[in-house]
Amino acid sequence: MKKLFKMRYLILRRIVQIGLLFLYFAGNAYGWSILKGTLSASVLFDTIPLADPFAILQMLSAGAMMGIDVFVGAAIIVLFYGIVGGRAFCSWVCPVNLITDLANWLRRKLLLDKVERKVWVSRNARYWVLGLSLIVSALSGLAAFELVSPITIFNRGVIFGMGMSGGVLLAIFLFDLFGVKNGWCGHICPLGGFYSLIGRFSLIRVRHNEPNCTLCMKCKEVCPESQVLFMIGKKSTTVNMGECVNCARCIEVCDDDALGFSLRDFATTKAKGDNK
Amino acid sequence: MNTQNPKKENKPKITERRRFLTIMAQSVGLSALGGIVWMGYVEEAKASPLLLRPPAALPEQDFLRTCIKCGQCAEACPYDTLLMAKPGDGVPMGTPYFIPRDVPCYMCTDIPCVPPCPTGALDQKSVTTVKDGKEELDINKARMGLAVVDHESCIAFWGIQCDACYRACPVLGEAITIDFIRNERTGKHAKLVPVVHADHCTGCGLCEHACVTEKAAIFVLPREVAMGKPGDYYVKGWSKKDQERIKQRSLENLKTKTERSKKKPQEYLNMDEELYE
Repeated sequence: MKKLFKMRYLILRRIVQIGLLFLYFAGNAYGWSILKGTLSASVLFDTIPLADPFAILQMLSAGAMMGIDVFVGAAIIVLFYGIVGGRAFCSWVCPVNLITDLANWLRRKLLLDKVERKVWVSRNARYWVLGLSLIVSALSGLAAFELVSPITIFNRGVIFGMGMSGGVLLAIFLFDLFGVKNGWCGHICPLGGFYSLIGRFSLIRVRHNEPNCTLCMKCKEVCPESQVLFMIGKKSTTVNMGECVNCARCIEVCDDDALGFSLRDFATTKAKGDNK
Repeated sequence: MNTQNPKKENKPKITERRRFLTIMAQSVGLSALGGIVWMGYVEEAKASPLLLRPPAALPEQDFLRTCIKCGQCAEACPYDTLLMAKPGDGVPMGTPYFIPRDVPCYMCTDIPCVPPCPTGALDQKSVTTVKDGKEELDINKARMGLAVVDHESCIAFWGIQCDACYRACPVLGEAITIDFIRNERTGKHAKLVPVVHADHCTGCGLCEHACVTEKAAIFVLPREVAMGKPGDYYVKGWSKKDQERIKQRSLENLKTKTERSKKKPQEYLNMDEELYE
């Protein structure tokens, strides 16, 4: 029971991820009207439009003229993640997260992390890919990342049938397992980069309580974006970097109650400014 | 920084400025490399000309940039006609298309696939008519493609009686008509051959689906592929409306094409020269 409690957020995340995929699937297969469409654009309860703001951005740079629906849908998504969730899309919704988390878990079990790393990719590469996808879209007149995005390939695969999608997903699994730790989500994926940017100031944050910390570093080991936990054992503050995916793995593995969810702490950021 | 080893002092110093510029140059170079490869892939994906899109789809290039690949058109289709392109289909990934020989478009009168499109890649206006001041959806205005008959393999052109495509056509008698041709082989029979009319054909593919030959002898192609273009030069002398065009044409725009056509016909006849230069 204690073990289950220690996996509460993980279990909840899997339920949300797979549940959403199932709702999309049921929207097509059984005609349920809860969620129709795909992660690119969908309709909630046959009325509320939702749309992927990054896809809209690419299509705009490709020069598309679009209906008003998708802009409303994109605004809803931007506001939700911008104000509430940060990069929660990545860990709570995105289906590719299932694959990369599996690769990451295997890496830990097979002790692949302990071996010296040969392939190196910058954490900032995703912002270059983001910029590049907008440039390629503008030059080619086609939403460039949408065309190759494993996220929507996986999502459509579940809804409309997989075809050869498995190859793309296997490639990401192998890249994350043997190539770079958290290679896809933490280094390459421009959608992750995009949500890092809009979620920079979102409210729900992980909070570190320094006096409780025993420096066991379990949280850093398990965190997919370990650079955001720079304050572990140093000072009590909230994780304020946009790259945090709010997956709550750090909270679960912490045996000392040094980490937990809280609202963004504007007070401490101010206090930090006073210290200077 | 590297003053510990005296031997290395002659080496150029990696200053912060140099480091910054080098890293910038590396990043830009790598991005350009990635961009070029990516661009090549995207251009390759765009170049699949034999696709049939859902009704009311914008012209292919506009459709590709406007379609958000959400699949709501495919979900709305009651016949599962519309497919969402998967990796390996040879179709720009994630875009809707259909293969009429497998499942044609059944031309639903309420066109369920078009209104759900959130971006307007399926342009509802193009399949709407105004009737008594009211806007009405009209699937007959759809132009998904154009049916083309291969005379060589169509058995009706052999003289065997078959009107499967004609019967299957939802715009029967307008998009496909039957022409009677004298059967020269027997001398006393007629061949009843199908003829497609581009003005009325929606490209639904029901004819292709119904065709009895092993591989369909009537098939739908995208309009840009299936149709020719006579240009402005030819005028139908028997059509009053077409004749109007002559009045609007200014002779200044007519250009002399070759050296020889500058001369008058008499000159050419009286000249002693080779017929073909």
